Amino acid sequence: MSCEQCHEREAVIHLTQIVNEQVTTLHLCERCAAEKGVESPGSQPKTPLGTFLAAMGQELPEQTPTTPRTGESCSRCGGSLQDFRESGRLGCPDCYRSFEVPLRDLLRRLHGSTHHMGERYSDRETAPAPERHQAAELREQLRLAVETENFELAAELRDRLRVLE
Amino acid sequence: MIDLSLLTDGGVGWLDASGPSSHLVLSTRIRLARNLAGRVFQGRNSETEREDILQTVEAAARDTVLLRRAIKFRLDRLERTDRQLLHERHLVSKELAGLDADGRVRSGASLLVQDRLGVMLNEEDHLRLQGLHSGFALDAAYAEVDRLDAELGQRLAFAFHSEFGYLTSCPTNVGTGLRASVLIHLPGLVLTKEISKVLQGLAQVGLTFRGLYGEGSEVVGNFFQLSNQTTLGSSEYELLDHLGKMVRQVMDYEEQARQVLLRDAPAIIEDKVWRAYGLLRYARALSFEEAMNLLSGVRLGVGVSLIPDVGMYTLNKLLVYTQPAHLAMAEGVAPNDPELPVRRAQFVRKVLESEVGRRG
Repeated sequence: MSCEQCHEREAVIHLTQIVNEQVTTLHLCERCAAEKGVESPGSQPKTPLGTFLAAMGQELPEQTPTTPRTGESCSRCGGSLQDFRESGRLGCPDCYRSFEVPLRDLLRRLHGSTHHMGERYSDRETAPAPERHQAAELREQLRLAVETENFELAAELRDRLRVLE
Repeated sequence: MIDLSLLTDGGVGWLDASGPSSHLVLSTRIRLARNLAGRVFQGRNSETEREDILQTVEAAARDTVLLRRAIKFRLDRLERTDRQLLHERHLVSKELAGLDADGRVRSGASLLVQDRLGVMLNEEDHLRLQGLHSGFALDAAYAEVDRLDAELGQRLAFAFHSEFGYLTSCPTNVGTGLRASVLIHLPGLVLTKEISKVLQGLAQVGLTFRGLYGEGSEVVGNFFQLSNQTTLGSSEYELLDHLGKMVRQVMDYEEQARQVLLRDAPAIIEDKVWRAYGLLRYARALSFEEAMNLLSGVRLGVGVSLIPDVGMYTLNKLLVYTQPAHLAMAEGVAPNDPELPVRRAQFVRKVLESEVGRRG
């Protein structure tokens, strides 16, 4: 198969993309792919997410004004998009909410979907009692309260935890 | 020094070559990434939090059927050789064992293991549930890990999002958190130079490959770990079914490649496998890499019935016990001891002398 761009060289890179909910596959030679900024398997970037991360948040702001800018951070853990781009790892479960728009885009590119189709945690026959979630939540709040030396709040949280447990 | 005899089968039950298609597939591994709700991810955990996570999960695990008798290894309190040993047994990742370039072990890094099941703690995610089976056994391996997931999920609150599924520190694992890998031996495809085509094909259908020791490791001895690339958008069963179908296809290609080699170049192949056997039987010094490549040659020879009297179990055993930390421990030397290649050759000769002729 010849390259769809130059129609000269052999296509060695087959790029499947989802654009506007349409799946398209581009067949490119190495040189045209490089020009389009597509990495060939031989030139793996450092982080496993590679170019996805580099591109993240940079092409989006125009279409999606709600996208957090690089400087914005997660209300829970304080991690920023910049941190994520550098480490390839998110700070906490709430980051999925804080950076929902760019992450949704990233998930679509990584997995071709944003919808979990597998087993659901709540479907577990004897799903954990809501108390467990609550207790975990409280413990975390307690930790934060102690860390910020808000001892009044900490005492209250501790009492609520005792009742729960 | 850690005492692996505490583990019922030393954690290497998978090497007995008893599983399906074990002439091609060494082992099947399933892992599920899980995080505790209401806590920040591992990268932002303090030492105290990691300790707390370890205590919380261990308490829950002791309450389950599947990990009640689990042996605990605290990687952060083990010597490097011991950590490397656990890594060589495929029980812990390179990252958890602190064998990356910086060589540091994270505080709280631990492993709970009972029979074929285990949980890595304070890895990239708070919990990494894993199951390791002999041969090509995706369904059996998943069923077991799934039971463990249910048992732990009843006792711990996992971070779960109604749309994104199980939340993981890296978005590449979100959703099911499932990575299924099949460790497969493909010398036929390597010799016929078809392998890159096959691997490219796998990439196009959403699968990926890694080396013998998983993420970031090199391919040695023609062993490839084939696994699913995506974790979101398909159910666990769809992911396993897809991987299973593709692995079966790769196995067919490998068998075809072997037939082509035997038909078109029988003398060359016969020479190659016997030469590998001869070197293993008589060499006086063997590097790990050389030993792996020679073992690959002999495995091919056994697979196509050119070498009659060597058992797969013997070959698997040599594969595991000639690794640097294993050999060093057995010989009572350091893994970087300059004498190691000599000891390795001695060990291989001894095993082949005593076991060849007895089919394993």
